[in-house]
Amino acid sequence: MKNIDSKGHVTGKSVYLDDIPVRQNTLYAAVFDSAVAHAGIRSLDVSEAENYPGVVAVLTYKDIPGENQIGGIIPDETLLAEGEVTFQGEPVAVVIAESEAIARAARRKIKVKYEELEAVTDPREAAAKGLLLLPPRTFAMGNPEKRWNDCQYIFSGSVEIGGQEHLYIETQGAYCFPLENGNLMVYSSTQSPTAVQRAIAKVLGTGMHNIQVDVTRLGGGFGGKEDQATAWACLAALSSYQLQKPVKLVLSRHDDLRMTGKRHPYSSDFKIGLSKELKILAYEVTYYQNGGAVNDLSPAISERTLFHTTNSYFIPDVKATLYSCKTNLPPNTAFRGFGGPQGMFVIESAIAKAAQELHVSASKIQEKNLLQEGNLFYYGQKARQVYVRKTWQAAFREFKISQKQKKIEAFNKSHKLLKKGMALMPITFGISFTSTFLNQARALVHVYTDGSVGVSTGAIEMGQGVNTKMVQVAAQTFGIKASRIKIESTNTTRVSNTSPTAASTGADLNGQALLVACKAIVQRLKKVAAETAKVKPGEITFRDEAVFAGGKTTGITWEKLVSEAYLHRIKLSEAGHYATPEIYFDKEKGKGRPFAYHVYGTAVITAKVDCLRGIYELEDVEIIHDFGQSMNPVIDTGQVEGAVMQGIGYMTMEELAYDKTGRLLSNSLSTYKVPDIYSVPEVFVVKPLKADGPKHAILKSKAVGEPPLMYGLGAFFAIRNAVRAFNPDFDEFDAPITPEKVLMGLYGKRGNNNLK
Amino acid sequence: MITFILNDRLIQTEEPEGTALLDFIRYKAHLMGTKAGCREGDCGACTVLEGHLEKGKMRYKSIVSCLTPLGNVQGKHIVTIEGLQKEKMSPVQQAMIDNAATQCGFCTPGFVMSLTAHSLAPEKTSPEKVIKAISGNICRCTGYHSIKHAALDIARVLAKKNMDDPLEWLIKEAFLPAYFRDIAGRLEKIKTQTISVENGKPVAGGTDLYVQQADEMAVAKLRFLNNDKSLRKIEISNGICKIGGAVTAAEIMRHEGLQQHFPKIKAYFRLISSEPIRNMGTVAGNIVNASPIADLTIFFLALDSRVQILTKEGTKKEVGLRRFYTGYKQLVLKPGETITGIMFRLPEKAFFNFEKVSKRQHLDIASVNSAMLLKLKDDVIETIHLSAGGVFAWPFYAEKTVDFLTGKKLSAETVFEAAGVLLSEIAPISDIRGSKEYKSLLLRQLFFAHFAVMLPHQFTPDILFSKLMAS
Repeated sequence: MKNIDSKGHVTGKSVYLDDIPVRQNTLYAAVFDSAVAHAGIRSLDVSEAENYPGVVAVLTYKDIPGENQIGGIIPDETLLAEGEVTFQGEPVAVVIAESEAIARAARRKIKVKYEELEAVTDPREAAAKGLLLLPPRTFAMGNPEKRWNDCQYIFSGSVEIGGQEHLYIETQGAYCFPLENGNLMVYSSTQSPTAVQRAIAKVLGTGMHNIQVDVTRLGGGFGGKEDQATAWACLAALSSYQLQKPVKLVLSRHDDLRMTGKRHPYSSDFKIGLSKELKILAYEVTYYQNGGAVNDLSPAISERTLFHTTNSYFIPDVKATLYSCKTNLPPNTAFRGFGGPQGMFVIESAIAKAAQELHVSASKIQEKNLLQEGNLFYYGQKARQVYVRKTWQAAFREFKISQKQKKIEAFNKSHKLLKKGMALMPITFGISFTSTFLNQARALVHVYTDGSVGVSTGAIEMGQGVNTKMVQVAAQTFGIKASRIKIESTNTTRVSNTSPTAASTGADLNGQALLVACKAIVQRLKKVAAETAKVKPGEITFRDEAVFAGGKTTGITWEKLVSEAYLHRIKLSEAGHYATPEIYFDKEKGKGRPFAYHVYGTAVITAKVDCLRGIYELEDVEIIHDFGQSMNPVIDTGQVEGAVMQGIGYMTMEELAYDKTGRLLSNSLSTYKVPDIYSVPEVFVVKPLKADGPKHAILKSKAVGEPPLMYGLGAFFAIRNAVRAFNPDFDEFDAPITPEKVLMGLYGKRGNNNLK
Repeated sequence: MITFILNDRLIQTEEPEGTALLDFIRYKAHLMGTKAGCREGDCGACTVLEGHLEKGKMRYKSIVSCLTPLGNVQGKHIVTIEGLQKEKMSPVQQAMIDNAATQCGFCTPGFVMSLTAHSLAPEKTSPEKVIKAISGNICRCTGYHSIKHAALDIARVLAKKNMDDPLEWLIKEAFLPAYFRDIAGRLEKIKTQTISVENGKPVAGGTDLYVQQADEMAVAKLRFLNNDKSLRKIEISNGICKIGGAVTAAEIMRHEGLQQHFPKIKAYFRLISSEPIRNMGTVAGNIVNASPIADLTIFFLALDSRVQILTKEGTKKEVGLRRFYTGYKQLVLKPGETITGIMFRLPEKAFFNFEKVSKRQHLDIASVNSAMLLKLKDDVIETIHLSAGGVFAWPFYAEKTVDFLTGKKLSAETVFEAAGVLLSEIAPISDIRGSKEYKSLLLRQLFFAHFAVMLPHQFTPDILFSKLMAS
């Protein structure tokens, strides 16, 4: 089944936040943000902006009737700066005017006197100064200290991995208007309507019941609108509340880039010990996570880095410590993978380091250490239905990897200024929110008297096709055609206390809740059908828009049945609730069963480097992916392709740059580059592994949003291998591997001899 | 008053001429299918079609509406996604659906418009061309694989296009609604008044001004250079080429005469911005912007071009392009003077090459770019011109290197020696496009690349490799 939004999308009729028709008297807001990374605010003068023609108001923290606090996990984030600013781009005031242009022009008239304080942008420097967002966390199994003596080989090194801008093409925004009795209607481009609702209630000092948040769809999210949509919705709500007028606040691209946080950059140290047979016996890693100025989602992201420290490998003795470092950058936040890629990149670098020193191929070490059924993840969960080795073997078989490797060696021998490199990237990614309580969802189903169906869930549609999957769940359970089903906007008044649509769990959690609701209605309808057809309810099935008894047609159509049920005064609505069973995690001990299941796969990536110009292309990307039993192969394959390209961008061209004062230099689309159509590898193959899906996955179809992003890490190692074929002294683990790093890596010191 | 046709509707508006077309479409005409993504021409979400009359027939191209001043669409036909099929899907839309080439959908109208522009192009389609048509569209969801398949499907349908009467064919095949048939006739009847302000700020394509100063442009009095037909010509006679200041990059790369003299011009220009930006950005705009990495300027510097200037008093003068810059963003141009065009001698029996390296290979600003013209007499370098961007405060002409090489016998040794001269005369700075060390190294490599491309038998990978390893 194709994405149900396809037709709206290709005709431009789909409605996004900024497309909602505005009400009369709508005002427009622009955010005035800090120009320095760390300073006390000595004075703030908004008078000239207030007097600017067309300006209605300028609001500061003093205008907040409730709490000036929007921190999601830890209450450490002000909505509007109060006395101090801690990053460039931090909201200080909001200007509300008759037009966006006026609001923007007026904000330039705001005058602030800053008393500048020392700004720290480097996580190691922050850690050294004791600037931490939270106390360091350690996960461990066994004790590497006691194992180093048993190791034949020990290697250590440092690894850098940069951040990543989400670059959802639709920027952040919200549109609010007051309703009667102090209530507020809020349209927000958020992945977390409940978080927005909660924060607005807190900021306005009112109850959550007074705030209605509604989301039709997002023009991309990728985690960037999980926590960081909240500030803009709160500012629009505050403005709307204070002025009792509709207020729209949509960030311009430059404002969005400057003011919002990104994927966390990490700087890490590793030590890896191997046996003579290349079994990894011990692994120790220290992560310095660049958290930015406040916690945001960093505590949860830290956890996922720790969970994915060993990627797809079993290592008996592991110790991983993470410092979440407080720096004067915008608060870094969720991004597809959620800390997972940063952890996995270090273990893959450690393996690559060992391989190069031992003159073996990294794939040999990877293969020897892949997880087996029943192995213990170092956080205490037993590995069940482990398919990583199956995907590895299938990749070797299907993509003829051994021949590929030989061809590359021959190519490199016969080419002086062109070199190729290959890398394998196995992935193992845990599915569930690691904060167990978030693994719950609700759905509301109405069957109308004409047999049509309205479905509300807590899931946010942001291109991943969750609404299409919801249609499939309802259509399959009722045995009716998809055209009878409407997926309503996500609205906190219809479905409350929603978890964010995040952690790849949107379809699983909301789908299961929907299934619960549909099944309850089906049970009631079966009774009606059984009475009408004069058979036992157990014999009744619904399919093809009709009622069957014992597999035979009854002549009762779906429409007739629904109408009959209504006349019998049967409840045709249901609210379903689902909470993932069996999962738990002890945060103190770092042990438990945090994940409902894992997703597995293997990618093989080949890169070709032009050693004259230092540019490269990816020749082929081939993947065996474990979808479970995909309920929608078209949508799921699209998710894999999109995630892989995003991962490739992350590893190659997407380079975030801040200067020492904490100013974002990659502050526009001309300085921050994401993959374009020419970045797609010539050969791009995604094949499903034949697998049975786990019961916790909706209809046994595994979650698919995040895991495949990490295939992209293989692009780094493929390019690195090609560079090393030209210059074996190249020894950096510093992502992204841009054309600059490639050219400098190819020539190393040799290149610099000639240069001034 | 600005008059134009928006989809099938005649627009007569008193909105300021500097209003971005995107804002007019979204917030005045309330057509919400055209999206604002970046407002700097780098994402393509706001792509629309611009059609104008040419010898009684409509010619369409894709443009980004975020950088287009409303004044530039005076007397033209603008088509947004709402101007396509109402009920039945066009083959472009259907191919996007069939290939699942849309996820969040925010970029999708832009892709549909770029592909529709391609279907209207008066040339035969090819897989390469259809991909080029969407080179300015960024999608963050799909990873493009599905979009690529959709584009190739569309190219397959378009391969059957009747080139004798393409418009009727496109209407019949539902690429376009029937109202397109009447547009040429309707445009002919529109009497447009000039909205150009004599002393206004000169603007041509708007591709840089609307990136740098969008808010100011929205309210500025503007002088629209594109209206001046004399600025829009490419003339070749007696081995001299004159290109008008308002000629776009797309017009240059499409020009048959230039293609004859620069057989690889299409490949070079594909490295320069994207299709819609090439449809808008002009030669004079590129030169006057004085960006140190201006691609067109680097191209024309290596042809030792001369800049033609119209003074305030109405007299004409010429300045060598390599004497045109005096400092960072400093020009010899005086207030009130405008660039009317450039001229250069077409290379004959000479080699020419253009190189560009950027973080992303397409639709990106160069870390370093360079062009070189080389004319040999036997083994001796008779003439050489070498330009380089990103290594100096302005587009750089490597005078010392040129002097060093002129009259010398061409050999690998000489070229490697010349590289030392080249690196001694540049002054790159470290910035977002790369460290100064990188830019120096990269320029050295591109300098070698020029020779490797021009004289592949003499500058073989083996020879370059051994020299590079020895240096």
